[in-house]
Amino acid sequence: MHDETTPRTRALRLGVAGPVGTGKSSVIATICRHLRDEFALGVITNDIYTDEDARFLKSEGVLPEERIRAVETGSCPHTAIRDDVTMNLMAVEDMERDFAPLDIVLVESGGDNLTATFSPALVDAQIFVLDVAGGGDVARKGGPGISGADLLVINKIDLGPHVDVDVDQMVADAEKARGGEPVLPLSRKRPETVEKLCDWVRHMHQTYAKGGHVPVDPGPMAPHHHAHDDDHGHTHSHSHSHSHD
Amino acid sequence: MARTGLGRQAALLVLADGRLPAGGYAHSGGLEPAVAARRVTDMAELEAFLVGRAETAGVIAAAFAAAACARALRDDLSQMPELEAELDARIPSPELRKVSRDLGRQLRRAMSSIHPHPHFADLGPAPHQPIVMGVAAAALGLDAQDAALAILHENNSGAAAAAAKLMPVDPFDVHAILARMAERLDRLAGRAAALAGGPPADLPSPGAPLADIAAEHHRRRDVRLFAS
Repeated sequence: MHDETTPRTRALRLGVAGPVGTGKSSVIATICRHLRDEFALGVITNDIYTDEDARFLKSEGVLPEERIRAVETGSCPHTAIRDDVTMNLMAVEDMERDFAPLDIVLVESGGDNLTATFSPALVDAQIFVLDVAGGGDVARKGGPGISGADLLVINKIDLGPHVDVDVDQMVADAEKARGGEPVLPLSRKRPETVEKLCDWVRHMHQTYAKGGHVPVDPGPMAPHHHAHDDDHGHTHSHSHSHSHD
Repeated sequence: MARTGLGRQAALLVLADGRLPAGGYAHSGGLEPAVAARRVTDMAELEAFLVGRAETAGVIAAAFAAAACARALRDDLSQMPELEAELDARIPSPELRKVSRDLGRQLRRAMSSIHPHPHFADLGPAPHQPIVMGVAAAALGLDAQDAALAILHENNSGAAAAAAKLMPVDPFDVHAILARMAERLDRLAGRAAALAGGPPADLPSPGAPLADIAAEHHRRRDVRLFAS
């Protein structure tokens, strides 16, 4: 066995990112439960402390345990999916080799803030997950994951009335921020929304398998204007992270 | 020993930089369990910890990196399995042996893309980190002393950086320790280079049993910031 930079069988590598508590593990569990009979799946979780997310997925029984592996990120979840992806890349490559041929490997990022997105060196496509309980204005605030991920999921829409969030408005804000790229309102209690999520994954896999999908980098923070810079009125990119939580 | 690496200092900085994307940031070099057990509680104890680590695990890693580099520079990998076995014998903790091999695989994966060389593929399924460091240094045209210095610096600065997440510290104080240790690391690297050509069995073998025990305890903890 040797490490190979290009594995013989290559799965669609699908990242799932988003702030803490929005339901990334739950989205992955849902995808596994509904698609495990159609696709050969593997899951890599990233945890900030230990292996909580991997344990959750294993306890849910969504896949055989050996197909769920945890990567410990040394409390740097952002780094592990963006600046230094080596640990995750090797976990994906090991998974693809050990269970070849796999169709899809899901990579769950450790919960971070709105600026954390996957490097195109690690995943082919990515889902960014928000939830209505995090506040109706989050989608409007934007950020690279919200504006540039291949799919934006707005999760837990059944909670809208309980947290005083107008779900339709939040979805409209998100669609505006994304310039027409897909936004999916999701609740695991509403099967029709789950089916839409599955359809998106099927479609992405089909596009990828045909070679028609080119990884898109949501990128660093979009250039934005600072009011206190108004002497200059310029826009500029920041290399550091802003938390908009 | 003649410095074949003269004029290659920039390559050494690339290899030893903590930002080299090889996953080192997930490890504290044993500092987390030491802090959790209250063996390291202030700056003086942090310095003693780092010095102790450099003089034990650091000396071993440096010797094996230098030895691997010297052999790779001669394109003679015939003793690599023996170096691997001798290094295994110097790391009593199964967890630390695994960490060393995980970091070795990661360094090889990174360097295979960053600066490819046929030697990387010849190192077996999961080579130790110091061995890969030695081979990577040779691939960059660096010598045995450079390889030793790179692994000493990487291991030392990685543990020191972890202090900022584990203890209430002033980062300037932490880097002051690194600055005070600079001469020591140079000296240790020189010693490792002087031994690089000898038989693998004769390479140094200082031990730190508490670090091995702490690593085994750490692996069993439910909540931790760092993988080791």
